[in-house]
Amino acid sequence: MSSMDTASEQAFDVQLAPARDRRGNNDLLWRWLTVITLLVMAAIMLMPFVWLVSSSLKSQVQIFQYPPVWIPDPIRWENYSNALTYKPFGLYLRNTMIIVTLNVVAVVFTSSFCAYGFARIRFWGRDFWFGIVIATLFLPYAITIVPSFIIFSRLGWVDTFLPLVVPQFFGGGAFNIFLLRQFFRTIPEELADAARIDGCTEFGIYWRIMMPLAKPALITVAIFTFLNAWNDLLGPVIYLRSPDNFTVAAGLASFRSVQDVSWDLQLAASTAMILPVIVLFFFSQRYFIKGIVMTGLKG
Amino acid sequence: MPRRPALGSRLTLSQRRTIMGYIFIGPFILGVIFWVLIPALVALYLTFHSWNLISAPRFVGFANIEALFRDPLLPQSLKATFVYSFVSVPLGLIFSFFLALLINVRIPGIAIFRTIFYLPSIVPAVANALLWSWMFNTEFGLLNVFIRGLGGSKIPWLQDPGWAIPALVVLSLWGVGGSMIIFLAGLQGIPDIYYEAAEIDGAGRWAKMRYITLPMMSPIFFFNLVIGFINSFQAFTLVYLITDGGPQNSTLFLVLYIYRSAFTSLKMGYAATLSWLLFFILMVLSFIVFKYIGSRVYYENPGD
Repeated sequence: MSSMDTASEQAFDVQLAPARDRRGNNDLLWRWLTVITLLVMAAIMLMPFVWLVSSSLKSQVQIFQYPPVWIPDPIRWENYSNALTYKPFGLYLRNTMIIVTLNVVAVVFTSSFCAYGFARIRFWGRDFWFGIVIATLFLPYAITIVPSFIIFSRLGWVDTFLPLVVPQFFGGGAFNIFLLRQFFRTIPEELADAARIDGCTEFGIYWRIMMPLAKPALITVAIFTFLNAWNDLLGPVIYLRSPDNFTVAAGLASFRSVQDVSWDLQLAASTAMILPVIVLFFFSQRYFIKGIVMTGLKG
Repeated sequence: MPRRPALGSRLTLSQRRTIMGYIFIGPFILGVIFWVLIPALVALYLTFHSWNLISAPRFVGFANIEALFRDPLLPQSLKATFVYSFVSVPLGLIFSFFLALLINVRIPGIAIFRTIFYLPSIVPAVANALLWSWMFNTEFGLLNVFIRGLGGSKIPWLQDPGWAIPALVVLSLWGVGGSMIIFLAGLQGIPDIYYEAAEIDGAGRWAKMRYITLPMMSPIFFFNLVIGFINSFQAFTLVYLITDGGPQNSTLFLVLYIYRSAFTSLKMGYAATLSWLLFFILMVLSFIVFKYIGSRVYYENPGD
């Protein structure tokens, strides 16, 4: 134990002397203070969402009204259909879903495969390679932007989905390997031993025993992979050139460069892009929390 | 009788295990070679070459590195990146810890508050950028509506070089949900027995915070600090869409500058050199953080 520990214990002793009293009143007051602060903070955090939805339903005249109104009159639902047909968002959605699906499949299978090796097989060099996994956790992705682009353009992959998909098949990211390894290690080894005695191979153990048991962790990995691919802009901006290949994120971003797209349409399209994420969140809250806690992912 | 026929019988158990191990982690090893090692070598090659993607790369020796010192934009870019990181990361830590303390109470409906505080952090960056461009609008944006309502004068958030970084910091504070959840998990991991013992000894709210909560949470502060710096030094999408580096290059963050050097100016060699610079800055920063802050972190089970 560190000296820090004894230091804090000593400091603690000093604090013991002052006696407390009238704790009851104090506690009640504190509770109310907490509730009020919670409500105020919730209002602040929600305000941008409310403002977004409200603005996205306003007419062009009303959006530039001061002081602003919160409830649009008239409510212009057609902003949404106008925004989503202003650019071929149906096509963008199709492109995005292709990329997202391939990403999720790639990451779920290869990261669990690698994680099984790290979690359950004792082999020469394992600790070294796991150290490399941890090191790549901290590797800033930004530094590989330029060389990766050179490599992919040499392969003739620019303006295809390949640069956004193929790398995912190689381990599926250190975060996911790390998360699944931690999960696999909590599964009792006896299950695998029993299967081995029955003649099951390592592949069989991975596929028939570990994968079904790891379902919650795999769902967590799938959700975060979905989110990353759905939200990614840097990849599409660098690699997708022709508008026919754009993702939803790239299509929405292109609104910014066109000066004549009005705010009501920009905000309606933004709302439409946020909606699937929020729906996903409400159906899978506990996996989100689990993923965040287990990996510390996302800043 | 050997349990496994053919190949297996000629190998020892540990050899067989090693082969299986490498088959399983094979994809990761290939990934490191293809997407880390080879890019690093390419970046090293580019650093000593000048290349516009069209003509053949030309060897230029240390010219790209010398150019770093003569580049008038680089000091501005570094300043913007450092100011943003060193303001947004500590503020984000304090704010997310504050929110985590708030939602770590047992009252009915607390799950709703947890959801509300977390939601902003999963908003797609592009939608986030458009939303906040509108929030920061000088005439009709919500922030200035409130400021004017309170009797203040309009702030030219995205037009004034002095206000652009504060605007981005405000935006970053809205999205601290991720580190808030990590803090919350940490708070809930502190055994109740510590607090009970302290209460018996007469510790008040402040004493419990100072002598139990904060020391127990120090590894999590440390973790969020490191992750926070790694993320903030690589901020790209939001500045790319909201300010595009402006006004007057006041938000020309390093990654945006790398992006521009490579894909707008087509200076691949210089862009790779800037990437190395980013890498070294993060290395040095991590070293400092680990050495001076990491050593002050309190671990309950050292060596665990």
